[in-house]
Amino acid sequence: MSDHESTYVPKTAIERWMDTRLPIIRFGADYMALPTPRNLNYWWTFGAILALCLVIQIATGVILAMHYVPNTELAFASVERIMRDVNGGDLIRYTHANGASMFFIAVYLHMLRGLYYGSYKAPREMIWIIGCVIFFLMIATAFLGYVLPWGQMSFWGAEVITNLIGAIPLIGEPILIWLRGGPAIDNATLNRFFSLHYLLPFVIAGCVVLHLWALHSAGQNNPVGILIPKERTAKDTVPFHPYFTVKDGFAIILFLMLFAYFVFFNPNALGHADNYIPANPLQTPAHIVPEWYMLPFYAILRAIPDKFGGVVAMFGAIGVLFILPWLDTSRVRSMRYRPSMKIFFMIFVLVGIGLGWCGAQLPDAPVVPGMPSFVLFDGALNSYLWLTRLFTAYYFAFFFLIMPIVGLKETPLPIPATISEPVLAGGDAMTAAAPASPEKKG
Amino acid sequence: MAEDQGDPHHQDPNRRDFIHIAAGAAAVGAGAMVAWPLINSMNPAADTLALSTIEFDLTKVQQGQQVVIKWQGKPVFVRYRTPKEIQDAASTPLGDLKDPQPDAERVKEGHSQYLVVIGSCTHLGCVPTFGAGDFGGWFCPCHGSHYDTSGRIRKGPAPKNLVVPTYEYASDTRVKIG
Repeated sequence: MSDHESTYVPKTAIERWMDTRLPIIRFGADYMALPTPRNLNYWWTFGAILALCLVIQIATGVILAMHYVPNTELAFASVERIMRDVNGGDLIRYTHANGASMFFIAVYLHMLRGLYYGSYKAPREMIWIIGCVIFFLMIATAFLGYVLPWGQMSFWGAEVITNLIGAIPLIGEPILIWLRGGPAIDNATLNRFFSLHYLLPFVIAGCVVLHLWALHSAGQNNPVGILIPKERTAKDTVPFHPYFTVKDGFAIILFLMLFAYFVFFNPNALGHADNYIPANPLQTPAHIVPEWYMLPFYAILRAIPDKFGGVVAMFGAIGVLFILPWLDTSRVRSMRYRPSMKIFFMIFVLVGIGLGWCGAQLPDAPVVPGMPSFVLFDGALNSYLWLTRLFTAYYFAFFFLIMPIVGLKETPLPIPATISEPVLAGGDAMTAAAPASPEKKG
Repeated sequence: MAEDQGDPHHQDPNRRDFIHIAAGAAAVGAGAMVAWPLINSMNPAADTLALSTIEFDLTKVQQGQQVVIKWQGKPVFVRYRTPKEIQDAASTPLGDLKDPQPDAERVKEGHSQYLVVIGSCTHLGCVPTFGAGDFGGWFCPCHGSHYDTSGRIRKGPAPKNLVVPTYEYASDTRVKIG
């Protein structure tokens, strides 16, 4: 789809002048005219939603940085000043804080869409891998940003997460001290976290450019998952604008309604009350939990009884996504035509939600209160510890066992030859008779 | 480059490769030399490292209690142990321990009633809760590590015993930590 010819014709003298010097208007016009599979459903709107999320986070973040003071003595008070005294500061901060949650809701749905429709398979591996890089940078940025208000959860979250690096044998401790800039989390740590929190969103923006470049080079996937043959391009694609600008725009409005609900009516629902207590290095809150979007990974960390093993498993849970294109042995992209894999996928989604649930519970707490249980190795069987382990086992089995084996064993359903075939019941007879007549379609 | 073939000044390709590799290596070396001061600047600064020693008056601790003091940005537990707690710690067989260390090595000779440890869980750095847990020492609320009355790890994900900092007795009632 990348090789579509430019249809842009400069209309005014200024456009012609520009076109021979910096053809940026042509670039934009070609982008808008991009042939896009006509069967994209609403799961494909999250790309545009995510672009909006990044813009919102950068815009509100730049403003917040004008009022925030990255100093352990002043940070908490400066955030409270933003909330109370800065004009509209409470809304800007609530938008930024809830914006992070909205960003993660959208990115998880975007990733699950890619997983379900096989968007990571050849020739789209680089789109997927760059997407994984963006996801990892998002987690890092969100973590750094959460430290900045210097509340109890900020401080102890930073303590726990930086200690993960200390778990690396031999080199962990020097790296930990280097990262923190001292023997403990202190002013040096807060300063550098602020610097990096400001930097990384722009690195993400750079990666988004690469993500889109790879997308337009390989072409978009679609719900049927087949590559569109060149002679079918005119029949099976429509220009990006106005068809998908409008569809994306409608989805963005729905998404902003959810966003607005949290910002205006329930701004602290996704946060923790403990973060409104100033950081105290001498007292840990009774129950430390990360933000909801990190809970599944936090649950995996806690499921492993060995410190370094837990860290490896947690990073492995993200790392496995990078090699996903080579773990899936199926030649069929879309799970629409993979009846068994579809079931394993649904279980995977439930397990992901289950891991998130477990991550918010105390590991020793019983899953079913009052049910008699017995101790298996290091914990009661009826405890979140063992439920988390069950889910963690499925999480990794999904990638390392189910994906390779089901791909080889499964008999997929018949795959349509064109993306219009499933729509026009009984097949696109006209096309079968006269396959290559794109000019008729205009 | 075909026209170069008959040229008497035609260069030996090995020499050209050498220049490429040498120039590349010099660029990488120069890059590393520029990067190192930037990376090193993130290591603890001189004023951070200069955080010196602190002294603590042991008469402030009641028997069976602990006092938490701040040293180098970290909490330090000073615990005045009861005879029973000392007895429990000393009589634990080393085979029961994940990180075996006798109680006598974790206190100063003649001062076994005072235990001084850094109050950061060796798992992920939370501050363990005094007196809680299955072994009467400390319990870490974050991920459920249990420590005994000698600050040794007994159960849970933490790999090591609570760290005993470098300290000495300035007098019978004062310790100097650091």
